[in-house]
Amino acid sequence: MTTDREVLIEVQGLQKSFGELHVLKGIDAEIRRGDVMVVVGASGSGKSTFLRCLNLLEHPTGGTITFEGVNITDPSVNINLHRQKMGMVFQQFNLFPHKTVLKNMTLGPTKLLHQSKAQAEKHAIELLERVGLADKANAYPNQLSGGQKQRVAIVRALAMNPDVMLFDEPTSALDPEMVGEVLEVMKQLAREGMTMVVVTHEMGFAREVGSQIVFVDEGVIKERSNPKDFFENPQNPRLKDFLSKVL
Amino acid sequence: MQQFFSDLWTSFEKTFIYDDRWKFFLDGLLATLRIAFFAALLGILLGFLVAAVRSTYDMRQQSGKRALRFGDVIIKILNVICNVYITVIRGTPAVIQVMIMYFIVFANSRNKELAAVLSFGINSGAYVAEIVRSGIMSIDKGQFEASRSLGFNYTSTMYHIILPQAFKNILPALGNEFIVLVKETSVAAYVGIAELTYVGNLIRSRTYEAFFPLIAVALIYLVIVLLLTFLLKKLERRLRSSDH
Repeated sequence: MTTDREVLIEVQGLQKSFGELHVLKGIDAEIRRGDVMVVVGASGSGKSTFLRCLNLLEHPTGGTITFEGVNITDPSVNINLHRQKMGMVFQQFNLFPHKTVLKNMTLGPTKLLHQSKAQAEKHAIELLERVGLADKANAYPNQLSGGQKQRVAIVRALAMNPDVMLFDEPTSALDPEMVGEVLEVMKQLAREGMTMVVVTHEMGFAREVGSQIVFVDEGVIKERSNPKDFFENPQNPRLKDFLSKVL
Repeated sequence: MQQFFSDLWTSFEKTFIYDDRWKFFLDGLLATLRIAFFAALLGILLGFLVAAVRSTYDMRQQSGKRALRFGDVIIKILNVICNVYITVIRGTPAVIQVMIMYFIVFANSRNKELAAVLSFGINSGAYVAEIVRSGIMSIDKGQFEASRSLGFNYTSTMYHIILPQAFKNILPALGNEFIVLVKETSVAAYVGIAELTYVGNLIRSRTYEAFFPLIAVALIYLVIVLLLTFLLKKLERRLRSSDH
């Protein structure tokens, strides 16, 4: 890993509690431009909470998150502006069912980035073409399959021209035969140099495109390394146990 | 037999034709429509405002932000006011509310109809508020998160994403509320506001004939409600056409 690339997200001592439940107990992480950070861990380990803290969908109870040089955990920061630069893809797709695919994709660019309708639609169609869904531009989300929905959700986020993409278990709600098409889009994104943070159970994806893999367990990062060491030479006993179950 | 029909005609004539009494019914009908219409507008306005406050408060409670800001305090106070409003309005009979408005608040005013509009509008607002809030709560949290993750603020998220979907879900309940409201305006007769029910009763007392005045009034209400139901169905169908 080269270290001269710009640090995009720096997480220091991140903590999150839900009432009595202490989910994140101090997480440090550094994501550089072009990185693909894959976050793995058992369910309930806090990996999704970690991801959701990065764009403050969950408000951390401790620690700081610095995004592009700005401490976004500072209450005086307008998080809406920074979220525009952080695309997010959800397990349940969360497309807007009352709007067509095209409207789903142009809503943000026209209202938030003040692009003209024509400009936003042109960009949206280009993105749809890249994921093979240009013919679905005027369809409503309910007319799409799960895999198609998730590909639309990805390009909806991309339409905002984000600097980083956050993926929260993007293939976990899909039928098995649709997982491939979504992973393919994500791999393509990674190849194009998009900075990505991906929470997933897809170990094949992690191994293939991850630049750093972190293992979250009991609210802390127990191990972090490159894909080769992570899978072939795990150090932490909990990780060894985890890998033996999922591989 | 002939005697029966001629009696019926006399009774009909006394109720509607003599002294141009049908004009009374027309005026009563118009008054009922005016009161119901403006009360519904006020009810929607109040209902949405109260629902906005209550939903905002609920969401802020959930988000678990670290710092307590000035805005949170304001919302908290507004939420208490809204809760008191809903509790009081839903917990007291509409007749009493109209009487309080008419005999106490409007004691020195001659504008009887305004008293009725305010009274029924404030009453309806409490119910509309709970309907709207239930609609907002019925939308999946993921919709909210997806919108926020794009960078939309709370208000834009409500406007572009949550409310359009919520409105579709609550339309039947809202329609029901307006049907109830139209009929409930008959309570205004109690304080002597010359709306439809009052007129029917007035004619009954003048003619000593109960059948035609009361049946006529009942039928007119029924027609209004049928018309309202028809319009709501049409609106519902149009909203659903974007839904596949």
